[in-house]
Amino acid sequence: MTPDRRRARNRAQWRRRLTVLGFMSPWLVGFTVFFGYPLVSTVYLSFTHYDLLQPSRWVGLANYRYLLHDDKQIWPAVSNTLWLVFIAVPLKVMFAFGIALMLTRARRGVGFFRTVFYLPALAPPVAAALGFVYLLNPATGPVNQVLGAVGIDGPLWFNDPGWSKPALTLLLLWGVGNTMIIFLAALVDVPAHLYESAELDGAGAWQRLRWVTLPSISPVILFAVVIGTIEALQIFDQAYVGATVAAGSASSAGDPSNDLGYPEDSTLFYPVLLFQQGFRFFNMGYAAAMAVLLLVVSFAITLVIVRNSRRWVHYAGAGR
Amino acid sequence: MSTHSPAVPVAAPPAVPAPRREVPRAVRRRRRLVTVADHSLLIAAAIAFVFPIVFMVLTALMTNDQALSTKLWPEPFRWGNFAEVFDKAPMLRYGLNTLIYSGLATVFMLLSSVPVAYALARLRWKGRDAVFLLVLVAMMLPPQVTIVPLYVMWAKLNLVGTLWPLIVPNLFGDAFSIFLLRQFFLTIPESYLDAARVDGCGELRILVSVVCRLAKPALAAVALFMFLFTFSDFFGPLLYAGDEERHWTLSVGLAQFRTLHQVQWNLSMAATVMVLAPVVALFFLAQRAFVEGVTLTGVKE
Repeated sequence: MTPDRRRARNRAQWRRRLTVLGFMSPWLVGFTVFFGYPLVSTVYLSFTHYDLLQPSRWVGLANYRYLLHDDKQIWPAVSNTLWLVFIAVPLKVMFAFGIALMLTRARRGVGFFRTVFYLPALAPPVAAALGFVYLLNPATGPVNQVLGAVGIDGPLWFNDPGWSKPALTLLLLWGVGNTMIIFLAALVDVPAHLYESAELDGAGAWQRLRWVTLPSISPVILFAVVIGTIEALQIFDQAYVGATVAAGSASSAGDPSNDLGYPEDSTLFYPVLLFQQGFRFFNMGYAAAMAVLLLVVSFAITLVIVRNSRRWVHYAGAGR
Repeated sequence: MSTHSPAVPVAAPPAVPAPRREVPRAVRRRRRLVTVADHSLLIAAAIAFVFPIVFMVLTALMTNDQALSTKLWPEPFRWGNFAEVFDKAPMLRYGLNTLIYSGLATVFMLLSSVPVAYALARLRWKGRDAVFLLVLVAMMLPPQVTIVPLYVMWAKLNLVGTLWPLIVPNLFGDAFSIFLLRQFFLTIPESYLDAARVDGCGELRILVSVVCRLAKPALAAVALFMFLFTFSDFFGPLLYAGDEERHWTLSVGLAQFRTLHQVQWNLSMAATVMVLAPVVALFFLAQRAFVEGVTLTGVKE
């Protein structure tokens, strides 16, 4: 190769590198400034006392000690969040699957029904939550009126510590559209010949569901469970609106954030507590420690789900 | 995955079994019964899904006394409630703030994320897969994990109390949009790009005049998702602009509407319906863009 050609090739290579660098530069800056640095900084801040006004002060493990031993609100926040993960998420996934299954069996009006089930998922969480607090309001809400008409004494929903999470779950189920659409796409993709051969083997409807449908769409079930769990760990908007508005109609309130968790901390979810500690009480160091714990737990949960899934998820064409 | 990932409705082919031979009458009757059962279940579920919307709208049209009574049907219809909402809260201001936030965020996101997605999908370079993995990680982690230092950063820049902390980061790529766009770009046949390269186009030129043109539905879909996400966003505007009412968005204003002004249920529902309406309208206007975005991802050779 002549030196001239080598030089030309080098120049071309450099130009290619510069192109890549140019295209990637927004992300490189964004990832460093808005993700990498804050991630490291969160870990650092979690070992300090910081209120935004005074310089941060190193306190070692004090935040974590308080978090794991002394904070009386941590346990409600964690158990409420776990309630969502273990009750609301499976319900939502099953519900989405059920509706998608019904839609694939329908002969008429599929497009209409699909829109009806999908649309609520687009509703801004604040609007949906406000609507549900009204629908479920104990005295005059339409739901309790309908229940009353058939002789059932409706619960206090958002005003009852035992019913506030079920009320939130109803709200989450209403927004099942995204998950439902994913299931619908997967169900349509199940090869018809699998059903036919199962039918030839004498499998009934239930057996076909159990041995053909479920295994075929198991990767999608896994996806829905993981996404649902991640969303459950982040719940904030609905809990904030549910608590503050329900509390506001029970008493005349001042600062709405005083009502977070209403009633009796039953809607105090982990992100709500983090928000309160960090941005209402300005315990930034403590909020950072909570964030680190959230990071560890969300990683762990995702890992556990994905690990366990090897036993029940079948990928088409992979292995035996 | 970040929460702003509305899945896209996909057309389901009608499941009509091919007629093979004459079906016995008993079997046919049983099948018809099953169909009826299927449909009644579907209709019952659909009614349950429509119920909340119907009652929100009905209450939005009631007088406050009716809203507090056991009546479920407004008598008379009070359309004036919608006008009254504007007296109780500066809805126009909120709407304008929301549009500024959503509009700028969407435009900025497109400008920054499209080249990144292109480099991740169609350029070959060392470390590309590792970088893509980092994009996925950034997409999956709960936003609360990094929120404390970010808030501190914006506070030091004196921008807490405005919506800029939510808008500016979009100039530097949004993980979810990058991910989606990359998936779309991967489906464009290499031969199109090669043809442009043979014609002497640089990568930027290819991106602008070949890829973006082919991926128009994808760009529309990503822009829609971003717009809907920012329009609905509550945590962000509450965090950064919560103490500064002139920067409130519709979500923040709506959340405080009832508690702050001690407003009646009928007006609260009127405000709620006013926030829901643009989203519903956008869905029906853009339904084709939604669906096309999915179907056109299969640009085949």
